[in-house]
Amino acid sequence: MTGPRILVLVTGVLCLGFILRLVRRRELRGKYSLLWLTVGIFGLVIALVPGLLDDVADWLDVNYPPAILFVIAIAFLLLVVVHLSWELTRLEDRTRTLAQELAMLRHDLEAPESDGPQ
Amino acid sequence: MTATARTLVIIPALNEEASLPRVLADLATQLPDFDVLVVDDGSRDATACVAARCGVAVLSLPFNLGVGGALQTGFRYAVRNGYDRAIQFDADGQHDPTEVWKLIAGLDAGADLMIGSRFAAGGAVTYPVGPVRRLGMRILRRIVRTLVGRDFTDTTSGFRAFSRPLLEFFAVTYPTEYMGDTVEALVLASNQGFHADEVGVNMHGRTGGAPSNRRFRLFYYYVRLVVVLLSSASRRSTRDATREARR
Repeated sequence: MTGPRILVLVTGVLCLGFILRLVRRRELRGKYSLLWLTVGIFGLVIALVPGLLDDVADWLDVNYPPAILFVIAIAFLLLVVVHLSWELTRLEDRTRTLAQELAMLRHDLEAPESDGPQ
Repeated sequence: MTATARTLVIIPALNEEASLPRVLADLATQLPDFDVLVVDDGSRDATACVAARCGVAVLSLPFNLGVGGALQTGFRYAVRNGYDRAIQFDADGQHDPTEVWKLIAGLDAGADLMIGSRFAAGGAVTYPVGPVRRLGMRILRRIVRTLVGRDFTDTTSGFRAFSRPLLEFFAVTYPTEYMGDTVEALVLASNQGFHADEVGVNMHGRTGGAPSNRRFRLFYYYVRLVVVLLSSASRRSTRDATREARR
């Protein structure tokens, strides 16, 4: 095994281990763990099967095999970021609603007699 | 309708302890029959205390939501407590309580959203406005004219009146991003088939607090607003469907 390959292998294993650790401590939701585990396994497969990337490049008629990796990685990361923005928007909406409800509840608690003014 | 209709004056307030007592005193003198609600938008000063001492209802948000979010809190409160209409009123003393009647007259004439305009006929034209804001307002005016189908002279005015049906709609869906609360709300309401109108009003200069905008920030918000407005324009298809449904 060449040096770079070992490096990739070690990195992949470390990443997988890290994700598993987060999941076991319940610091990562199931859906995200699945996502990153898939990514980790994908990386490991690429590292362990040397000819795979070149074969795919041949088949797709791509001159520079690593370009495939870059394209996939960029597209994937873009999707992830958009998804996170979407999720963040949803969370902000919910947080805002909760804050509003809290303000009204607190008002009702502090002034029960003004509950439903005429 | 005017005699029995219950009106809520909603005042979103952020660090306005200095100007609030006078504003509330003016409202109590000029509009004694109206209930007043101060929404304290996460102020770090004594805004909530000052308002409570003046004897009005106070909702204290645990953190800052922005004018839109604070206003929406007021809408929810108004809907839950059975108010027939609501007035949006500034905490910094810009708005004149006696001008509220012009807005209410508009609602009684069938409007769902009445905007008090600094620039329409009957309003004070001498109101000072900075150059960036002036340009921004001009561009917005163009866009709104295209989207809503009629001219509004003061799309960013925070002096507004809302009918009960519009309150119910906005209690659930109100644009809460900065600046969106004014222009976007107008476009949204009009797209949903609500009737929006404006009337000229006089406004004072600010009596306290600082204007909430820096120049570049303002520019950024205007650009973002244009994007948001264009995207809401593309939702226009829901408009006809809603109108059909309202019939």
